[in-house]
Amino acid sequence: MRKLLLFSIIVLVGITFIARLFYLQVYTGKAYNIYEDNAIRKVFYYPKRGYVYDRNRELLVANQPSYDVMIIPREVEPLDTLEFCSLLKISKDDFKKKFSRANNYSPRLPSPFVPQLSKKDYAVLQEKMWKYKGFYIQKRSLRDYQTTIGANVLGFIAEANQGEIEADGFYQMGDLIGKQGIEKSYEKELRGVKGVKFIQKNRFNRDIGPFDDGKQDTIPTPGKDIIVSIDAKLQAYGEMLMQNKVGGIVAIEPSSGEILSLVSAPSYNPNLMVGRERSDNYIKLRNDSIHLPLIDKGLLRMHEPGSPFKALVALTALQEGVIDENFSVRCSGAYNYGGRRPMGCHCGTGTRNIFNGISESCNSYFATLYRRTIDKYDDASHAMDVWSSHIKSFGLGDYLGYDLTIGKKGNIPDGTYYDKMYPDFRWRATTNISNSIGQGEVLVTPIQLANMMAAIANRGHYYTPHIIKSIEGQPIDSTYTTEHHTSIDKQHFEPVIQGLFDVYNKPGGTAYFLQVPDIEICGKTGTAENFTVIDGVKTQLTDHSIFVAFAPKDNPKIAIAVLVENGYFGARFAGRIASLMIEKYIKGDITRTDLEKWVMDYTLEHEYEKPTSGKPFRINANSGLMTVEQYARLKKIENEQTQTDIE
Amino acid sequence: MSLNRTRNFKFDWITIVLFLLLLGFGWLNIISASSSGEITSYFDMSQPYGKQLVFILFTFVLIILVLSIEAKFYERFASVIYLVSMLSLIGLFLFGKTVNGATSWYAIGGFTLQPSEFAKFATALAVAKYISDLQTNIKTLKDQLKTALIIFVPAFLILLQNDAGSTIVYAAFFFVFYREGIPQIYLLLLLSIILLSVSALKFSILITSIIVTVLIFVYHFFIKKKKGTILQPIFITLACIVFSFGVHFFYSNILQPHQQDRISLWLRLEKDPVKLEQMKRTILYNLNESEKAISSGGVTGKGFMEGTRTIGKFVPEQHTDYIFSTVGEEWGFLGSSFVVILFVLLLIRILHLAELQKSQFSRIYGYSVASILFLHFMINIGMVMGLIPTIGIPLPFFSYGGSGLWGFTLLLFVFVKLDSNRINEW
Repeated sequence: MRKLLLFSIIVLVGITFIARLFYLQVYTGKAYNIYEDNAIRKVFYYPKRGYVYDRNRELLVANQPSYDVMIIPREVEPLDTLEFCSLLKISKDDFKKKFSRANNYSPRLPSPFVPQLSKKDYAVLQEKMWKYKGFYIQKRSLRDYQTTIGANVLGFIAEANQGEIEADGFYQMGDLIGKQGIEKSYEKELRGVKGVKFIQKNRFNRDIGPFDDGKQDTIPTPGKDIIVSIDAKLQAYGEMLMQNKVGGIVAIEPSSGEILSLVSAPSYNPNLMVGRERSDNYIKLRNDSIHLPLIDKGLLRMHEPGSPFKALVALTALQEGVIDENFSVRCSGAYNYGGRRPMGCHCGTGTRNIFNGISESCNSYFATLYRRTIDKYDDASHAMDVWSSHIKSFGLGDYLGYDLTIGKKGNIPDGTYYDKMYPDFRWRATTNISNSIGQGEVLVTPIQLANMMAAIANRGHYYTPHIIKSIEGQPIDSTYTTEHHTSIDKQHFEPVIQGLFDVYNKPGGTAYFLQVPDIEICGKTGTAENFTVIDGVKTQLTDHSIFVAFAPKDNPKIAIAVLVENGYFGARFAGRIASLMIEKYIKGDITRTDLEKWVMDYTLEHEYEKPTSGKPFRINANSGLMTVEQYARLKKIENEQTQTDIE
Repeated sequence: MSLNRTRNFKFDWITIVLFLLLLGFGWLNIISASSSGEITSYFDMSQPYGKQLVFILFTFVLIILVLSIEAKFYERFASVIYLVSMLSLIGLFLFGKTVNGATSWYAIGGFTLQPSEFAKFATALAVAKYISDLQTNIKTLKDQLKTALIIFVPAFLILLQNDAGSTIVYAAFFFVFYREGIPQIYLLLLLSIILLSVSALKFSILITSIIVTVLIFVYHFFIKKKKGTILQPIFITLACIVFSFGVHFFYSNILQPHQQDRISLWLRLEKDPVKLEQMKRTILYNLNESEKAISSGGVTGKGFMEGTRTIGKFVPEQHTDYIFSTVGEEWGFLGSSFVVILFVLLLIRILHLAELQKSQFSRIYGYSVASILFLHFMINIGMVMGLIPTIGIPLPFFSYGGSGLWGFTLLLFVFVKLDSNRINEW
């Protein structure tokens, strides 16, 4: 037995050692990552970020150099803080705060101390930098916008936050990352690859030469230039027309799904999102609660579609075979369906068929169609599912899948939706008859409406809308070049398109006065009721003005949806703007200067102020129009009044 | 002695192969740990790896010498070798050179020699010689004391030279004595001392005393069959309590501050996070860096001469006491485990051969070799991985240094020679 003591201890120690090695090297030891090895200094070289061009190769976004003062807290040695602070133009308190913030983040890893120095400050500082151990200057490239338009599309870059750094090993503290718009969607293509030089350090933190003879060092790979589908001229024109209004314009090329313009009004100058004032500017914009300039109205505003939706109701009815082209309805100025109140109609009474039903926007006609569609099956829930799936095949009721990172689903109700809504009640077509005229439970976003028009223009198919046109040296994602077919047969589109054509071209059509010479436009007006809550009371505001269109009728080049918030009836603001946009895109010049002048002359600012004014107000027809000039005069008087009140 | 073809095969080739593997692998790691990534010539005498290569060449000369001397020589001259060795230790007080606070070196020309590395070998010979003497009966107290004296002389001399690490190695002889039949009570005593010391420092004297008292009385009243007088357990309990106080006294008054810190860190006695952080940067610096280097090696390691922490010389003393951290960083879990397994195999092989010896002298000597090598192995690698407090002793055949390498080689190959002779021992 005595022989076994040492033997057992030797074996035991051997096992313990291997267990400890396993613990240190396999269990807790991560795979070796040179970037986490503090024996190696990493010097980064930032590549050129890809440029952004519009569809006509007009340069929209380029770069400018920027210099960050970086800090590695552990390596900081006592320094002349007074001089250093004055060079950086910060106070001594700032210095302490910044230092402890950096130290809290990590004493070992570099983080930005003072980001984005001006060129002048950099020049002065650079000469003295050797004095300040633990600080160094990191050159990066910032965006340099060559334009003042399209801020919502272009987006911006800013310092990557902790979450983004953890999610992608590419980024370090102080690195810039696309935060919105195409900068975010195409971050991977635009950013390129950083170059890095590895330098071996010793334990006194001094460089002792290149690591591995520099074999692993890399040079930066520039980011790829991208061409966006936006037409800068059209975009600029749209933004100009939308001055003094809140809303959005989405224009799509039906034959490709390319987004020609995506206007969100009011917009802001993208250059505000560059440089040291970026975050102040951002906060200012974020705090504008009336105009919400940071909300992309074209992508995020969800509302009832109103009458443009009638086109889909008609297509669905034709597809389901509940009517044919010759079907007609006699409108008596209201549609009585046994509800408490009949549904009113503004078409002006008469016999309505599919053509003048659409062109004069007859509610009775579409209520009849909708009712027939839902009543086709004994089971209302099933019928609703069928109806819903036809509507959804136009890209409504769900995210469209475009290449911008924000959006809303909208809502297209199906059978289950109403079964949940009315668990104890046998609901029927008449229960939700307002769906027939694009009200009720139907909700859409402007880009969904534009896409719907593109699908109609194409007679039954669409391409997922997208902002990318091409990426240097690589094809765009195939989802954007795949046709999506609607569930409506091609032949049913012609009568509906004829109806949309008549909207412009038949006397009595709701957009008859918006005709543009030499362009065959098909369109549809829409008016969506608009409610808000003031002091806990649901209050109606002036309706939203909506217009959808595509042109030309054959071989369409542009499909468009315009939303002007509180613009009242569809043809008033949205219709005028849509016509002008179409003319601008197709002809390049404006012949309907009367329309342009009208749009530019009138403002809606007074409408947007109503809910917060604290005063009683009138809406819709009872609320007058106001020119920009009148509004300015009104503001001047109000200001003087406030001044006298104070005195 | 006539040369015949079978003679070579009497040496235990397994031991020799294991030795060569360790020696070779050790040198590779010394190259990494001392070259800062560039090598002009392997014989560059300004660099540790160049010197070590020369030491290794001399090692082979030494091996040939050891193996060609008649086996009986070592037994016959054991006492003389021991005496010479002790004199060389005493001589240090007159001519010694002080390195890192320890006066353990003779400076001869450009080289230094550390006699304590040879004293282990001499002591092992003396112990084997004394115990195997027909006159000696290790079961008697008188002979136990005499054997102890053989060990205490070098241990004490080395302690006086301020090389506590090398002193601890002499504890290895306990395994030898135990194997040779000292009473079981000594093992019990040793275990009690270790447990009591750790417990007294870690959990305070009061708690230790309570635990000890309860255990002893439970044993006395409930487990022990033949109950003696009540005085016996009372006496043992008191002795334990007094010992606990003694441990505290030793810890606070006799140990030097850096030794206290090492133990305090090992037993996690320091709770103040600020002070702990400070300790990590000073006393624990080596250990911290060494653990980091090992951990960063992962499963397969960063490759020969590719260890970034090794190249950057983050671990001080890496080519000597901390050489195993280079293995960990550059060869990973696989390489480090390989080294551990090599050592375990070598130790087991020596033990196995020792048990086969027919001569008591050879057996005791072999057992001593295994014990000494084992203690170095356990303490060095245990320390580098943070399992035991920092004790600076080299890893046999691995660490840089001529004296150490020759001392261990001598130790091992004298046994290889003795073993080769066992066929003649009828």
